[in-house]
Amino acid sequence: MKDSALLLLLSAVSFAAILAACFIGSTVMSPDRLFAALFGVGATGDEIVLWEIRLPRAIAAFIVGGALGLCGAALQGLLRNPLAEPGVLGVSACASLGATLALFYGAAAFSSLVVPVAAITGAISATALLTIAAIHTSSVVTLILVGVGLSSFAGAVMALLLNLAPNPFSLSDLISWTLGSVANRSFNDIALAAPFLGAGLVFIVLSRRSLPALALGEEAAHGLGVDLKRTRIFVILGTGLISGAAVSIAGAIGFIGIMAPHIVRPFVGYDPARTLAPSAFLGGIILVLADIFIRLIPTPTELRLGVVAALIGAPAFVWIAMQRARTQ
Amino acid sequence: MTNIKLTNITMELKGRRLLSNVSTEIKSGELIALIGPNGAGKTTLLKCALGLISPTIGTVTVDGSPIEDLSPIARAQKISYLPQMRPLAWPIRVRDVVALGRYAYGGSTTKLTQLDEAAVAKAISDCDLSAFEDRGTDTLSGGELARVHCARAFAAQAPLLLADEPVAALDLAHQFQIMSLIRNYVDHGGGAIVVLHDISLAARYADRLIWMKDSIINADGTPDETMTAGLMEKVFAVDATISKDEGGWSLNVSNAT
Repeated sequence: MKDSALLLLLSAVSFAAILAACFIGSTVMSPDRLFAALFGVGATGDEIVLWEIRLPRAIAAFIVGGALGLCGAALQGLLRNPLAEPGVLGVSACASLGATLALFYGAAAFSSLVVPVAAITGAISATALLTIAAIHTSSVVTLILVGVGLSSFAGAVMALLLNLAPNPFSLSDLISWTLGSVANRSFNDIALAAPFLGAGLVFIVLSRRSLPALALGEEAAHGLGVDLKRTRIFVILGTGLISGAAVSIAGAIGFIGIMAPHIVRPFVGYDPARTLAPSAFLGGIILVLADIFIRLIPTPTELRLGVVAALIGAPAFVWIAMQRARTQ
Repeated sequence: MTNIKLTNITMELKGRRLLSNVSTEIKSGELIALIGPNGAGKTTLLKCALGLISPTIGTVTVDGSPIEDLSPIARAQKISYLPQMRPLAWPIRVRDVVALGRYAYGGSTTKLTQLDEAAVAKAISDCDLSAFEDRGTDTLSGGELARVHCARAFAAQAPLLLADEPVAALDLAHQFQIMSLIRNYVDHGGGAIVVLHDISLAARYADRLIWMKDSIINADGTPDETMTAGLMEKVFAVDATISKDEGGWSLNVSNAT
């Protein structure tokens, strides 16, 4: 399949998934009511449900999933490892730690930009640490272990904050950052993250061409004319900005960044550059569908998106890791 | 006319001396074979010449300007490099690997100009890869993969080529084929330095042999000047009788000294 055909198909499915997410919810909305609300000629109640609740939630899920799919593909290209992903490598955990710290110490009260900036700072620090580790060792295992360490450390500090939390209200606030959800998100939340997502995207696009060259190893890539230092810095900044911004919208959601590129790769000739855009679309689709699923299943309290993503993603991670162990 | 000049290079890493006061020149129109036992410093010399590592002492210049002043792209347009270790992280298509050789000219796996396309097609047919073009690199044998990497290095069409053991893992026919390709490339104005372990192959194709052992250059000259039993003993620690006829050099190694 040509890349353009693949992207066209994926954008059509994305559109359909977001539309489906608008239909489904506690109030049943017939198509004519939905479209009337969509074009601003519907009942006031319908318009509020669509524009204030369902559409922002669906778009938040799509953007967060897309961001994670893209970051997974970019990190996997840089680190030459299909198991690299913001969630597994502790990048998301450090981002939610950053956001939590900002909330816990009240810094978030100064400006609505404080939380996204804190999340992004956490994400970039984690990505930078991982890349330093990647330069010093070519071992995949070491890298994953550093990620596990980062995750555990971020988790420990979060637990400490929970322990010290003055009241149940802030406790539930902290939990929402670790479990991840797109419920009750507004267009305002998305708009706050948008500039960081855009900036991150620029960095990823600028390093795109170098990713397939890195597949030949760093020595050969250097020989081909790849500026290794620049590529590393750009991918770190790019994935840090994007995954941090994603966390600032939805909290930590893992494994999307592994699943999406893994499914896409055979369709793009395993080329790390061509994996990027389709992974972003597929990540978005997966998360929108997962969010629809959450709203459909009758549970006493709504399931968290991050929990569902991990329930599907963690077995997929183990499976990919075992496949690799067999081929190597 | 392009040249790389290495002047009084000493390279130390973690207290170990990898190169001691090495000077040489790699230039257009000359095929150099770099020979010597394992651990002699051959790969280190190549990496210094490429600017992949900076020597502890000494200078490396490309056409007169220090190699560290060149941008990665400008350097890659002058020097093509085939490393000894050739990991492949993803089973990308053969043609895409070869297309990566055009990186320094703005080419990528998705975007190639007509000039790039022509260079890629030529490298693929030169290295006998037309039948594999659309296959994933994970389906190839070791020798086929080695030719893919050679084709990638050739596709750059850079004036100079640094190749670290390009014929390792190749069968005899393909060893000769790759060496003939490098010879042909040099005869058409290119310049190459090639690390080889087969000394008669080196003597047959190269204009100049650089003999290295224990971080120093023991001899540097034409095969006629340097193919001696004395050097074989000194550098490789073997007793050898050497003869030359119209079929090329033959080497008879009797025993280790």
